[in-house]
Amino acid sequence: MNNLPEFQNTKEWYLSNFKSFEEKVNGESKTFFHELRKKAILKLSELNFPSTHQEEWKYTNVSPILKQNFVPAQIADFSLPAKSEIEKCLFTGFDYHLLVFTNGIFNKELSNISELPSGVYIGNLKNAVLNSPNLVDGYLNKYAEIENAFNALNLIYASDGLAVVIPDNVIVDKPIQLLFINGDYHNLILSQPRNIIVAGKNSHVSLIANYYGSGDKQYFTNAVTEIFAGENSIIDFYKIQNEYDDSFHIEKVQAYQQKASVFNHYNFTFGGGLVRNDINSKLDGENIETHYYGLYLANNKQHIDNHTFVDHVKPYCMSNELYKGILDGSSRGVFNGKIIVRKDAQKTNAYQQNKTILLSKTARVDAKPQLEIFADDVRCTHGATVGHLDDTADFYIRSRGIPEELAKSMLIRAFANDVVEAVKVDAIKEKINHMIFEHLHRVEIVDSEKSQ
Amino acid sequence: MEDLTKNNMPDELSEDMKMLDDLTTSEYKWGFVTEIESETVPKGLSEEIVRLISAKKHEPEWMTEWRLKAFRQWKKMEEPHWSNVHYPNIDYQNISYYSAPKKKPELSSIEEVDPELLKTFEKLGIPLNEQKVLAGVAVDAVFDSVSVATTFKETLKEKGIIFCPISEAIQNHPELVKKYLGSVVPYTDNFFASLNSAVFSDGSFVYIPKGVRCPMELSTYFRINAQETGQFERTLIIADEEAYVSYLEGCTAPIRDTNQLHAAVVELIALDNAEVKYSTVQNWYPGDKEGKGGIYNFVTKRGACRGKNSKISWTQVETGSAITWKYPSCILQGDNSIGEFYSVAVTNNYQQADTGTKMIHLGKNTRSTVISKGISAGRSNNSYRGLIRVGKNAEGARNFTQCDSMLMSDKCGANTFPYIEVENDSAKVEHEATTSKVGEDQIFYLNQRGIATEDAVNMIVNGFCKEVFNELPMEFAVEAQKLLAISLEGSVG
Repeated sequence: MNNLPEFQNTKEWYLSNFKSFEEKVNGESKTFFHELRKKAILKLSELNFPSTHQEEWKYTNVSPILKQNFVPAQIADFSLPAKSEIEKCLFTGFDYHLLVFTNGIFNKELSNISELPSGVYIGNLKNAVLNSPNLVDGYLNKYAEIENAFNALNLIYASDGLAVVIPDNVIVDKPIQLLFINGDYHNLILSQPRNIIVAGKNSHVSLIANYYGSGDKQYFTNAVTEIFAGENSIIDFYKIQNEYDDSFHIEKVQAYQQKASVFNHYNFTFGGGLVRNDINSKLDGENIETHYYGLYLANNKQHIDNHTFVDHVKPYCMSNELYKGILDGSSRGVFNGKIIVRKDAQKTNAYQQNKTILLSKTARVDAKPQLEIFADDVRCTHGATVGHLDDTADFYIRSRGIPEELAKSMLIRAFANDVVEAVKVDAIKEKINHMIFEHLHRVEIVDSEKSQ
Repeated sequence: MEDLTKNNMPDELSEDMKMLDDLTTSEYKWGFVTEIESETVPKGLSEEIVRLISAKKHEPEWMTEWRLKAFRQWKKMEEPHWSNVHYPNIDYQNISYYSAPKKKPELSSIEEVDPELLKTFEKLGIPLNEQKVLAGVAVDAVFDSVSVATTFKETLKEKGIIFCPISEAIQNHPELVKKYLGSVVPYTDNFFASLNSAVFSDGSFVYIPKGVRCPMELSTYFRINAQETGQFERTLIIADEEAYVSYLEGCTAPIRDTNQLHAAVVELIALDNAEVKYSTVQNWYPGDKEGKGGIYNFVTKRGACRGKNSKISWTQVETGSAITWKYPSCILQGDNSIGEFYSVAVTNNYQQADTGTKMIHLGKNTRSTVISKGISAGRSNNSYRGLIRVGKNAEGARNFTQCDSMLMSDKCGANTFPYIEVENDSAKVEHEATTSKVGEDQIFYLNQRGIATEDAVNMIVNGFCKEVFNELPMEFAVEAQKLLAISLEGSVG
């Protein structure tokens, strides 16, 4: 519906490439995974790419993505990035397991997984499907519904990505750092990691997903991440997205939470020309906690769209959401935060806050917080503000002899701090603070203890 | 702990529930049918019907043309379904688009009005012949679709104020009507506005000349009567430079089994330094306990702050109608203009409300305030849907929005769909929303002080709505509290 006919070709382009992909994955044509792909093909023929006529895509026009015929990484020959290039992208200063994915495909040489507690699987999806399919069989594509053509496209070519399976009662001490490095020097690449994280009862795992660009061609990252949080489990998920400013980035995160689990999602967006994040949680048990933190910075012509959806199904749960945006240049920000409290979800506490600052005349923002409540004994609030840097505060700082540029940076840092402070790993905090100013091309504020 | 989840309330609470049940099932107090002969055109809609309506009202050619243009536009349009309300399909060919009480052609005084009609107003508690004495309110009574009596005309005339049925204004002040009709809500605006433009029967026309402050609150009592007659009101209010007017709209309707469509259009225009205050109390038949019957209230209300320093303020108390679907809006064109929206929407039983506002900031230093209070009980569904848009050139625009919802039962729904679109970096937009139920601690506190639960809840709900009630003119504030009491007092979820 409402799709321009020319983009019909985009769909055909991706479908026509499936044959050569199928030949490549010959070995797995009998696996359950391949069945899912075939289903996804059927789905794609029914679905269209989203258009601005659809409520969920009202403010985001995806036609620039559809104008290009990207080559799925699975069938493309692309050059691998050098080790030195990788090191620049990593968060350092703490111990971690490292998994590197080039254009969505696992790269064993560059990765480094140290010793793991018994029963823990940290590796790539392809290996998991081939060698121990029962690890992921019950979870793959179970929670993330195919809602649009991008989701379908991901599943059609899905072959690799992250797979983490933590058994009951295991705490993974070291955070898992994931580096998704995308792009190429020859092809317009479509990189489609398919990630799955399964945390058993009473387990605890923390992940840092890091997205970077490589090469000099435009590329398109279309990721899907499924997260299963078992009873009493705790999952911390950091996403730091720093793709090329002319690239496209779409990710859908679907979390399914069981009783008393805690899911913390931290979403830092710096890069990407056209970015869309869908972060959804289904709270299907009592006493669950869900926290979403988001900070997005856009410059030049970037378009960053964050959609969050917290689905309260059962009583006694709590969700808290804090999203902040800083928009400079001619960038555009979109925030849509949906909270649904279902009929049985009594005693729910749901909070949401969305604040945006416009730093330039030509930046624009569209925000849509949204509450749908069908239970009566609840406490739900949301707040949204849009504004500019506080003139009075600015004046105050400058009257103390601090130059204008520095004063502005101080205010930006202060604004972003609520979100940055929520990060539990100091090394990440520091680097993010640095990235904020680097991305906005502004004078950097360094923590006073550090500079002394 | 487990028990609590399954709605096993403590004893005091279940008592409250019972009381809630009693109150929320209270019958519609104002329902009755006046037997009055109605003159109705055949059912259905076609160019002929539009011409017939126009001819019956002795309208000039340009007006007939305008209606026809609207009708042709309407035929091309599709009924919108994006809102959060559900209703059976409306058969637009099964509605009679015009009905007028039979009356003598010319009425110069109240005595000439049909006595049956006067009785209706008496039952409603608005004895027309006492209106002059009462509170200085001039009443332009709309019975079904044709205005039958207009009082206080003389007083207003002295000031140069025009307050008359719009049909009369078309005859007597065509230049004003031509200039402003459809200038805020064009006939192409939306499905229901186009329909209204094609078939509108009557409504009020107000023109306040330059520098005049209207000495009294103007009010119109709408009433839907003839069965299966859609009511298509058209209201046009113009405040010229430095003028001020406060307009009151209030309505009750008799019990009916079949659904009645109401698609009104209200246009407000404020020129330089002018102010328009528009207040509504809406208590149309909401349908019975099973959700049968009730009015469909699909209204387009919009005001344009055309001039510098102009102000438009909407206040509404919505307790009636099976479905309320309306967004009184302000287009803030003039520099320093102000838009306000205060709303209390109460839904009970199977009522549905999807209401809110749009504030379109275009001029410099424009300001808007939105306060919306939604109360849902029974199996009703109450949505706030609002848009705050700050255009590229709206330097220094400022908005504050607060929408609070209160839930009174575990079967109702409360939703908020605010949209914020900002294209100017100097804008400041704030939005706040909360949803909760009546606090048990608040009730307990009041109980402790010897206040019965029913009164306590009434007090809390009234307090919840106070910010909006404060904006209502005196007469309406009283009526609004009564309405709220009927619909909701004592409701604890």
